[in-house]
Amino acid sequence: MAERIMMKGNEAFAEGAIKAGCRFFFGYPITPQNEIPEYMSRRMPEVGGTFIQAESEVSAINMVYGAGGAGARAMTSSSSPGISLKQEGISYIATAEVPCVIVNVARGGPGLGGLTPSQADYFQAVKGGGHGDYHMIVFAPGSVQEIIDLMYEAFVTADKYRNPVMVLADGLLGQMMEPVVLRDWEDLQIPEKPWASTGMVAGKPQSVINSLGLAPEELENMNIRLQNKYRTIEENEVRYEEDGVEDAELIIVAYGTSARVSKSAINKARAEGKKVGLFRPITLWPFPSKRLAELAEAGKRFMTVEMSAGQMIEDVKLAVNGKSEVEFYGRYNGAIPSVTEVYQAIMKSFEGREVHK
Amino acid sequence: MKQVFGYPESLQNRPNHYCPGCTHGIIHRLVAEAIDELQVREKTIAVAPVGCAVLAYNYFNCDAQQAAHGRAPAVATGIKRALPDRIVFTYQGDGDLASIGMAEIVHAANRGENITVIFVNNAIYGMTGGQMAPTTLPGQKTTTSPYGRDTATTGYPIQVCEMLNTLKAPAFIARVSVHDPKNVMKAKEAIKKAFEYQVNGKGFSLVEVLSTCPTNWGMTPVEALKWLENNMVPVFPLGTFRSLEEVSK
Repeated sequence: MAERIMMKGNEAFAEGAIKAGCRFFFGYPITPQNEIPEYMSRRMPEVGGTFIQAESEVSAINMVYGAGGAGARAMTSSSSPGISLKQEGISYIATAEVPCVIVNVARGGPGLGGLTPSQADYFQAVKGGGHGDYHMIVFAPGSVQEIIDLMYEAFVTADKYRNPVMVLADGLLGQMMEPVVLRDWEDLQIPEKPWASTGMVAGKPQSVINSLGLAPEELENMNIRLQNKYRTIEENEVRYEEDGVEDAELIIVAYGTSARVSKSAINKARAEGKKVGLFRPITLWPFPSKRLAELAEAGKRFMTVEMSAGQMIEDVKLAVNGKSEVEFYGRYNGAIPSVTEVYQAIMKSFEGREVHK
Repeated sequence: MKQVFGYPESLQNRPNHYCPGCTHGIIHRLVAEAIDELQVREKTIAVAPVGCAVLAYNYFNCDAQQAAHGRAPAVATGIKRALPDRIVFTYQGDGDLASIGMAEIVHAANRGENITVIFVNNAIYGMTGGQMAPTTLPGQKTTTSPYGRDTATTGYPIQVCEMLNTLKAPAFIARVSVHDPKNVMKAKEAIKKAFEYQVNGKGFSLVEVLSTCPTNWGMTPVEALKWLENNMVPVFPLGTFRSLEEVSK
């Protein structure tokens, strides 16, 4: 029987990975995600797994590349500046099609930035980050329970598509405690990986984990294969949550901590008769563009609430494609919008319109 | 009839892309022979670098993973930890290992990772067209040290074996050369020993192989071998720096 316990977000990333069958963790200390490597250093030996505190984030992601290429469920975790350092490795991993999971417990930037929560790594996570035409699948949990559940989905999806999956949270989600149900996944099964580089045992043909394509046609074909895969992922893996969008005039689009704050603000505005709903993308890539386009067609207008200068708003605008208005409310890197602030932004959005009605 | 010479099973029988007179071919063969003789080809996984040997997986007849510039020891660490009963080796040049990959090699060595590193040092960046390497000799002309390496502003050639020998964990560290048949035989012995250390679970082993680059040195292959002997060997002394059994004696 599954037990209900109190757990910190960062510990949930770690235990969620263990429950998902991950036995290889490679990391490097950086605030505010240190509880993940600390938890793993204690927990991996208990389950016969491997924990390495690498010499750098660069090395950590390359250890993930090695272990993942050898067929293991492997992961790393870091926070914004450390994730920047991993971009070279992520580009190689995506191109060589090595499944793995990368957790980013984001903090404020740019540069060294600060230690407080932020959503300013959105562009980096969903648009590539490293060089070349590639995509990670990006999950954005909104609670500690969802961290655990999405860690499982992250490993399953990574293996399914042979693609790196990023679980993108902010420092607040990493540091807060919530009650969670920890369960063993009944369908936990690590698939056979005949493509992995494990040795040419018993006449197995040579496997090369590689991202090099020197001949132009070879490289283009490699890219065509990747792009076809990305279209399949866009078709099958979009996840989102809606709350009160049916009758809404205004839909707040927010993920992670911003969505939690927005929910309270929406309830407050609803109590005053404002027709506001919440649209929470759970996959940031693939982005739920189709659904947002439908809602725009239905005459809804939008406001993104973000802990950045406005990044996801670009994807919402692309999805809406000029058919509807898209407003923005955000606090910059490191600051968390308060319920009152978001509530006021919602009320302001309704102000002018009611006068003209 | 008894076969006295043949093509190693661990090498793919195909033409390679290396320049005429380059010693990579000899070193590939020595590695392949060592793997053959230890009968571990089927369980061997090679990690190819960025540099002239980037296509090593086209030549070695074993599974392989291609690593970003300098990251081979980290990639090898991941593979070896995931598959501890496999034989994992990296094949890296001097720019890859001693410049951009210095952190990775030092820490893999310091953890005593049970992997084998073949470090090919020809004192220059070959693939990119002959730029100055961390192992370029003082006064040596390259495309980025056109007046000769100036030690006042660019320092001195890094002696990787000597540096790694300051660490406690490594099991085997040796420097060899391939400039004449006698030294090729010695190189073979060291490379085989390095793999033996791994097979026996002894920990980190590294063989630095002094190598030539006739193309970028601007010499004939024969001149290059002479230049190696006369100029590189004095700066990079040959020998075994670490051999666990000898330490424990």
